[in-house]
Amino acid sequence: MKLKGWKEVTPGAVCTEAGSALKFKTGSWRAFKPKWLEENCIQCLFCWVYCPDMAVKVNDGKRAEFDYDYCKGCGICALECPGKKGKKAIVMEEEGK
Amino acid sequence: MAKIAAATGNEAVANALRQVNPDVCAAYPITPQTDMMQRFASFVSDGKVKTEVILVESEHSAMSACVGASAAGGRVVTATSSQGLALMWEILFIASGTRLPIVMPVVNRALSAPLNIHGDHSDAMGARDAGWVQLWSENAQEAYDNTIQAFRIAEHMDIRLPAMTCMDGFIISHSIERIEYLDDDAVKNFVGEYLQVNPLLDLGHPVSYGPLILPDYYMEFRRAHNEVMSKVAKVVLDVAKDFEKISGRKYGLFETYRLDDAEIGIVILNSAAGTSKDVIDEFRGKGIKAGLLKPRLYRPFPYKEIADALKHLKAICVLDRADAFGGSYGPLYIDIATSLYGCKEKPVLVNKIYGLGGRDYLPVHAEQAINELVEIAKTGRVKAVKEYIGVRE
Repeated sequence: MKLKGWKEVTPGAVCTEAGSALKFKTGSWRAFKPKWLEENCIQCLFCWVYCPDMAVKVNDGKRAEFDYDYCKGCGICALECPGKKGKKAIVMEEEGK
Repeated sequence: MAKIAAATGNEAVANALRQVNPDVCAAYPITPQTDMMQRFASFVSDGKVKTEVILVESEHSAMSACVGASAAGGRVVTATSSQGLALMWEILFIASGTRLPIVMPVVNRALSAPLNIHGDHSDAMGARDAGWVQLWSENAQEAYDNTIQAFRIAEHMDIRLPAMTCMDGFIISHSIERIEYLDDDAVKNFVGEYLQVNPLLDLGHPVSYGPLILPDYYMEFRRAHNEVMSKVAKVVLDVAKDFEKISGRKYGLFETYRLDDAEIGIVILNSAAGTSKDVIDEFRGKGIKAGLLKPRLYRPFPYKEIADALKHLKAICVLDRADAFGGSYGPLYIDIATSLYGCKEKPVLVNKIYGLGGRDYLPVHAEQAINELVEIAKTGRVKAVKEYIGVRE
C-alpha cells in the first residue's frame, strides 16, 4: 500500500472510513500466543465475548480457530475460559518456542 | 448602535461570550478567571444565553469535555488562568492536533511555586508551543474584541485550530474601563453559524476521533499542522478587516506606536504597553525618537512582519513578564531575536524581565529602559543583555 503524503492526510487524524482497523494487523505485537484445545472446549463462547478485539472466530454458532492477524496475546480468553473438568481449553504459549 | 459602558475585563469578555452564544462551555473556576465564568454562568441561569454549561472537577476535565463537545459538533468555549492552564496542558495538544476550534480566554497569572494569584505571562508562555492560536490584549476593549474575532479565526476553514485570547490578570480582568460593546445582533452576524467538519454526532456519516498514529504517519500530521499554522496570519488580518467594518476598530498582527521614524524601541505585551506608550510620548517631547511594538498574534509568531517593522532601529529593549528558565532569555526576547537574525543590519537587543507575580510596571521602568537604549544607540555598548528590573538586590 502506498503511504499518503502530508497534503493528503485527514485534518485532525479523524477516521472517516469505517472498519479501517482491518488494515492494521496488530497480531505482530504478540509475545504470548493463545492455543485452543478443542477437546476441553464446552462451546460457552466466553472467549468470543471477552476478546477485546475480534480475534476469536465463530462459524455457525461454534467456536472456530483464532484469527492470529489481530490477536495481541492479551490472555483474557485464557483467563476467562472455564474449560472442562478443570482443564482449560485455551492456554498461553510463549511465541517462538 | 454600540453601547458604551464601564466594565472590567472579565465582564467585557463574559459579555462577548454571551453575544457569541456558544453551544457548550466546560470550565473550572480559578482566580482571576473565576469572575468571568461566574458572570457567564449567571447569563446562562438568567436565560440570556442558551449555552450548556458543564460542571467539571478540574481544568484537565474542562478541556477534555471541550474536546468531546467540539468533536461532537458544538461551538465550544472555556476559560482559565495559571495552574488551570498548566493542568490543561496535556489536552491542549489534543485539541490542536485534532483541529478543534475551541476558544479560550486566558486571564494571565503567575505560576506556582511560590503561590501567587497576580498577573504575569508565565501561564500562556508555557502553552505557546501547543499548536493553538494566541491573541494578546492590552486592555478590556482589546480582550472583548479579540474574543469575538477568535471565533472567526479558529473556525476559519483554512485553519480550524483552537485559539486562546490573553489578558493580564487583575490589572485588566478586575479593573473597570470604558468599553464599547457591539450590538448583540452585530456579533451574532459576525461570528455566523458554526458547522463542525466530520462531527461525531452525524450518525449518517460515522467517524472515529483520536486514532493511534505510529511512526509511518505521525510526521505527516505534524507537517500538515505546521502548514496550517502558516495560514493563520492571513486569516487574522482578513477577520480584522471584517471586524473593523462593524466596530470601527482596527487590528493587525501587532500594534506599532510612533515606530516608523523611531531610532530605539520597546517591545512589550499586554497591559504594560499602555504605560510604555505614555513614557514614549514624554521622551518624544524631549526629542528622543522612541517607539513601541506590541505583538497581538503571538502564536503563530509573525517573524517576518515583525522583523520588517523593527529592523530599522538602532537598539531595542524586549520586556518580558515571564522568564524562560534555562533558555537564558525571556520568551518574547527569544522570538524577537529569532525574527531579526536574518536581517543584514540588526538592532542591538536587550532583555528586561519585569512585573512577575503582579509586581507593578511603573513609568520609571519604561524610563530606565529607554534611557539605557539611548546610551546603547550612542555608544554601542551593552552593560547586560538580560536583567531583572523592579527587583530588590
